[in-house]
Amino acid sequence: MQFDIKKITNSKGFSAFTSAFLAIILGLIFGFIVMLFASPADSLPGFQTLLFGGLSRLGDVIYYATPILMTGLAVGFAFKMGLFNIGASGQYTMGMFFALYVGFMWKLPSSIHWIACILAGLLGGMIWGFIPGFFKALFNVNEVITSIMFNYIGMYLVDMLISNNAKMYISTMARTAYLPQSVQIPSLGIRNSSANISFIFAILIAILLYTILQKTTFGYELKATGYNKDAALYAGMNSKRNIILTMIIGGGLAGLGGAFYILAPSTITGSSMTYEPINVIAAAGFTGIAVALLGNSNPIGIIFSALFISYIQRGGTLTSLHGYKPEIIDVVIAVIIYFSAFAIIMNTAFVRLLKRRKEKKNADSTDEEDNVDESRLIKDQALDREQTEEQPPDDVLTVDSTSENIKEEA
Amino acid sequence: METLYYLIQNTLPVAVPLLLVALGGMFSERSGVINIALEGIMLFGAYFGCLFVYFVQGTHMNAQLILILAMLVSAVTGLIYSLLLSFAAINMKADQTIAGTALNMLIPAGVLLFSKMFFNSDGVTTNVPFYLRKVGRLSEIPILGKLFFQNTYITVYIGLILYIIATIFLYKTKFGLRLRACGEHPHAADSVGINVYKMRYLGVSISGILGGIGGFFYAVGVMDGNTNGHTGVAGFGFLAIAVMIFGQWQPFKIMLAALLFAFLRTLAYSVPLIPFISQLNINQTFYKMLPYIVTMIVLAFTSKHSRAPKAAGVPYDKSQR
Repeated sequence: MQFDIKKITNSKGFSAFTSAFLAIILGLIFGFIVMLFASPADSLPGFQTLLFGGLSRLGDVIYYATPILMTGLAVGFAFKMGLFNIGASGQYTMGMFFALYVGFMWKLPSSIHWIACILAGLLGGMIWGFIPGFFKALFNVNEVITSIMFNYIGMYLVDMLISNNAKMYISTMARTAYLPQSVQIPSLGIRNSSANISFIFAILIAILLYTILQKTTFGYELKATGYNKDAALYAGMNSKRNIILTMIIGGGLAGLGGAFYILAPSTITGSSMTYEPINVIAAAGFTGIAVALLGNSNPIGIIFSALFISYIQRGGTLTSLHGYKPEIIDVVIAVIIYFSAFAIIMNTAFVRLLKRRKEKKNADSTDEEDNVDESRLIKDQALDREQTEEQPPDDVLTVDSTSENIKEEA
Repeated sequence: METLYYLIQNTLPVAVPLLLVALGGMFSERSGVINIALEGIMLFGAYFGCLFVYFVQGTHMNAQLILILAMLVSAVTGLIYSLLLSFAAINMKADQTIAGTALNMLIPAGVLLFSKMFFNSDGVTTNVPFYLRKVGRLSEIPILGKLFFQNTYITVYIGLILYIIATIFLYKTKFGLRLRACGEHPHAADSVGINVYKMRYLGVSISGILGGIGGFFYAVGVMDGNTNGHTGVAGFGFLAIAVMIFGQWQPFKIMLAALLFAFLRTLAYSVPLIPFISQLNINQTFYKMLPYIVTMIVLAFTSKHSRAPKAAGVPYDKSQR
């Protein structure tokens, strides 16, 4: 029994899960404190709504999970290579624009028109992902700065292009016109929600990415570069090409997210999703960072973390019933990211604590009949010795698990 | 000539927040911690500075005195907020970029949440006249008076003073030398008895102070004393990081870079006022993109031979070799 628990607690997946779980718990606690501070009387029912409100809107949970699942993949995929794709917002906005453009300006048969729009979104995101990758590979410009700059450039560019296009933009409403029915992605048929089949596409894409990462040479090179850039270069992997390729794929994923969002069918017939050029950077890209971190950059993990974030966002929107504002959920998400940045360290501390408590218990049960004072003394000494001795074995364990990873990949 | 005066007068209040925040980033990186949270620190400082102004604006206090007190408030709040980054990056050895991103995301959401709940708006609006039409006798000096002492804010002079202090601190004091050592080779610094953790806390805290002040100066000099959670500080924290890289982590070059970026931005926003450029008839949004595009081009040319502090972004681990 004891052996089993050790095996589970030391496995990589378990550690990723518990660290995500810890980060979520801490984020929620912080959210509750903020709510308590903002309006003490409403905090309990408000927090309850935040936690369980999503249950009444499952269709919406799926609909809103789709774009952040894609941006989460965009960020997570680049993470695997050690790149921080903070530019998912810009890529997302570009994907949205390309999809809108094809939707409004091209005349295509209605059966393939929506597919063409999705592909256009893919292309738009790819272009916007290519640029930071290109700058990183050729000029050694930090991709974080580049992609932030291109978030702004993309946002201003799209706002300019849309508000100057009379066919796409209704200036009196300050938003884009309604997309024709033929461009909207078929609905999943959940009543009163915009959930559509793009959610299934997103899951399939996640599985495809998982396969690429685990089974192909490209995926192997990518992860190797992420673990140790210099070693990968020494082993003859073309890091420049891989950087550009990773960013193109990441950008394409975020672009698809934008297309999936804007092409979703509306619950009101004759309307559609619209874009408002109001010079604000899309939030979906930043939520994608949270999704990727919670999912430990694993495509399968990202599916679940996207669903979770979307679920809790729905709950957060519903807290307005108790006088709170939906921004409460952005606060919670930010705190979750903050804690997940060092959750791994907390996690090892947590596991160590569990182990120690277990050992204490064992020690208690064997020493029961002894004199109390004496046994405590001995136990303390033993514990001290264990504590000092415990450090090295833990380190050995982490080394073991990394070498296991390498074996897995080989 | 009038146009040139106008451009310079408007460039300086924009350049000062960029300069201060970039200097803050420089202190942080020179001590070995990448501070991408500057955007959030700026907004946090700006928000509390403006809140202070909001609560004292009814009293008959001198406007410039209010500004200086609010600056101190924003410096303290910026410092407090930066401790979150220090804790994550130095004690918890977390990924500095991710922790910084989280701190950036927290503030706009928090500002919106509290402003909406307590003021029923997106931020704080104040109406204290910080603007200086003329600075006493100095404004009568030919040319120079018109360039630097008319239609400006007191922030410009405070910014200059802080710049001088920061330069002296970095190059001429014991702490500055130790701080730089921790960013280049922390193990060597540790071996001669310097407490690397302490120096890094110092570096990030200075960036918190300068970031908070810079944020408030942005609210004063660019936003006319207002802050809101939607536009925040419009990417100035990130631009400041670019300015810092462009300035090669050196105060003087950083100042030149900040002036260049501020000038471009001012140019972009005053296109309709300049006959020569407005005749070109280019969409104004293009000019708004210009500072970001120039940043990219400049970085492409300067990043190859980057003189970044060697240990920036690497958590210090005593037992590592």
